[in-house]
Amino acid sequence: MNRINKKLQEDKKLLSIYFTAGYPSLNDTVSIIQDLEKNGVDMIEIGLPFSDPLADGPTIQASSTQALKNGMTTQVLFEQIKDIRKTVSIPLIIMGYFNPMLQYGVEAFCKKCQEIGIDGLIIPDLPVDVYHDEYKATFEKYGLINVFLITPQTSIERINFIDSISNGFIYMVSSASVTGSQSGFGDEQTSYFKRIADMNLKNPQIIGFGISDNKTFTQATQYAKGAIIGSAFIKHITNNGIETLSTFLKEFNT
Amino acid sequence: MTTNINNMNYNVNEKGYYGEFGGAYIPEMLYPNVEELRQNYLKIMAEPDFKKEFDQLLKDYVGRPSPLYFAKRLSEKYNTKIYLKREDLNHTGAHKINNTIGQILVAKRLGKHRIIAETGAGQHGVATATVCALMGLECIVYMGEVDIARQAPNVARMKMLGATVVPALSGSRTLKDATNEAIRDWINNPVDTHYIIGSAIGPHPYPDMVTRFQSVISQEIKWQLKEHEGRENPDYVVACIGGGSNAAGTYYHYLHEPDVKIIAVEAAGLGVDSGESAATSVLGKEGIIHGCKTLLMQTPDGQITEPYSISAGLDYPGVGPMHAHLAKTGRAEFMSIKDDEAMNAGLELCKLEGIIPAIESSHALAIFDQKTFKPTDVVVVSLSGRGDKDLQNYIEYFKI
Ligand SMILES: Cc1ncc(COP(=O)(O)O)c(C=O)c1O
Repeated sequence: MNRINKKLQEDKKLLSIYFTAGYPSLNDTVSIIQDLEKNGVDMIEIGLPFSDPLADGPTIQASSTQALKNGMTTQVLFEQIKDIRKTVSIPLIIMGYFNPMLQYGVEAFCKKCQEIGIDGLIIPDLPVDVYHDEYKATFEKYGLINVFLITPQTSIERINFIDSISNGFIYMVSSASVTGSQSGFGDEQTSYFKRIADMNLKNPQIIGFGISDNKTFTQATQYAKGAIIGSAFIKHITNNGIETLSTFLKEFNT
Repeated sequence: MTTNINNMNYNVNEKGYYGEFGGAYIPEMLYPNVEELRQNYLKIMAEPDFKKEFDQLLKDYVGRPSPLYFAKRLSEKYNTKIYLKREDLNHTGAHKINNTIGQILVAKRLGKHRIIAETGAGQHGVATATVCALMGLECIVYMGEVDIARQAPNVARMKMLGATVVPALSGSRTLKDATNEAIRDWINNPVDTHYIIGSAIGPHPYPDMVTRFQSVISQEIKWQLKEHEGRENPDYVVACIGGGSNAAGTYYHYLHEPDVKIIAVEAAGLGVDSGESAATSVLGKEGIIHGCKTLLMQTPDGQITEPYSISAGLDYPGVGPMHAHLAKTGRAEFMSIKDDEAMNAGLELCKLEGIIPAIESSHALAIFDQKTFKPTDVVVVSLSGRGDKDLQNYIEYFKI
């Protein structure tokens, strides 16, 4: 069974952390992954940086730009994490934009992920229908779970379709926004969280975008299986360095 | 090319592709907006009252039809028959307004009251600010910081027209980055906002919608050329390509006329091999930029690279998917023109014809030094815009 599915069966709310590979320094990738696991994180999204990250706000954009300046590439990332499964056992997901994967070759990319022990992919700009028609078979051949996003604007029919072709979890974008632009959730968001929870989808939901502290984490996981923290984590390591990662995570009682 | 170019379809198919290019590679956050547009744009454009309002505004407000002018002295110099399609005479000084008039009417019918746009040279920003003033809608224009500096008069125009100009500070701080910022704005404002893309780029249905609004250019060329030459079809149609909207409009009604040859002119910057260029068809490879699959300039690793051209309107690392298809099939001949060649061709048009062209359009004019035409050839060049906005660049370049 895929590590993601196994993790989703655990009787707890899941804390997932996104970070940009190659940031703050090129070779921080592996130690960040190891430290996140040591500090109780349930799942990690390794951000493969892209020059033009359309769905991301200023924090992730800036970290991506820096990571690329540091020399991060798809090949470098694969090289850095090739032995990651010797030390890390929680689910690992690569999150990145489609063009770098397309240039690497989608099949070659998936194959490499399987060799390394990557469990899933999140590709915000790979549309559901293109995935379904052109790439689903390849992802499945290499045992990868593809995670789709839904937003408050996603129609019920589309949510049901996305649920039907997903086999891990659904990434619920907390509000109509790029990453990192929220501070706290209001009634509008909680009613959206509740609306989706009440749909009783086949796939559990994990909420992301705008989770910044224990308060927002608790609010989100009241309705969902887990939550993903990205920009807030990157801000923390930008300001305090990667050595203090445990200080940031302590708040979440993991 | 071995493809039989005569039997191909050069229009968009029902899935939003031109051959293998196009599509809608957008984050889910944009899906409802783009889908709403996709489901409605053709319906809206076919409504009689839409057509009436669009045609009326093009006539009374934009000043269409724009003249098809026989450039006598230029023709004499190059010993061929050169016609200029005078988009520079449109209100706001370029072809861009054909599209913004169309899109603002679509936006109104979709009930949107906030308009966003990206701009490179500022022409599209001005054209968007203009139609927003005309319709009384809020207007926010994203513009790269570098372009704000090199197109100052257009920045002032947008402000006078009531638009808010927001500098794009990321990446190369030019058109590509302004487009990223506009897309992010749309993600953050999914309900009340329409994004008026300024070129034949972006996710389907944008390339097709923009092309249809710009197709008035070739629609007019047909009957105008008939009056001048007794035939609708020239031997060549020529246009510069940034994202490719003036080109798409200039080619549209000729795409399936095999006797009309198509020339697409890209900006070579300091030279195609100099590392400072925007000649996408030569330097680009298939990939995804701003929501569509097309040719784009990128690293082997798939990172989009920063283009260069003296002309802000051509300084874009991709081309519209229709043009990628025209390049790949060989339907169009692609040429690249360097900064110097364009600047000199621009000055030449001033001296020979009394017309100061936009630096973008000067690229299209510069092909006559590279390619020889027959004396009997009829060559229609899209003079996409006027040079007022570029005066400072011309002054500095020629030390006027
Ligand atoms: C006068 C003029 N011509 C051409 C262009 C290039 O755009 P497109 O390729 O969409 O026609 C611009 C863009 O700003 C422009 O202002």
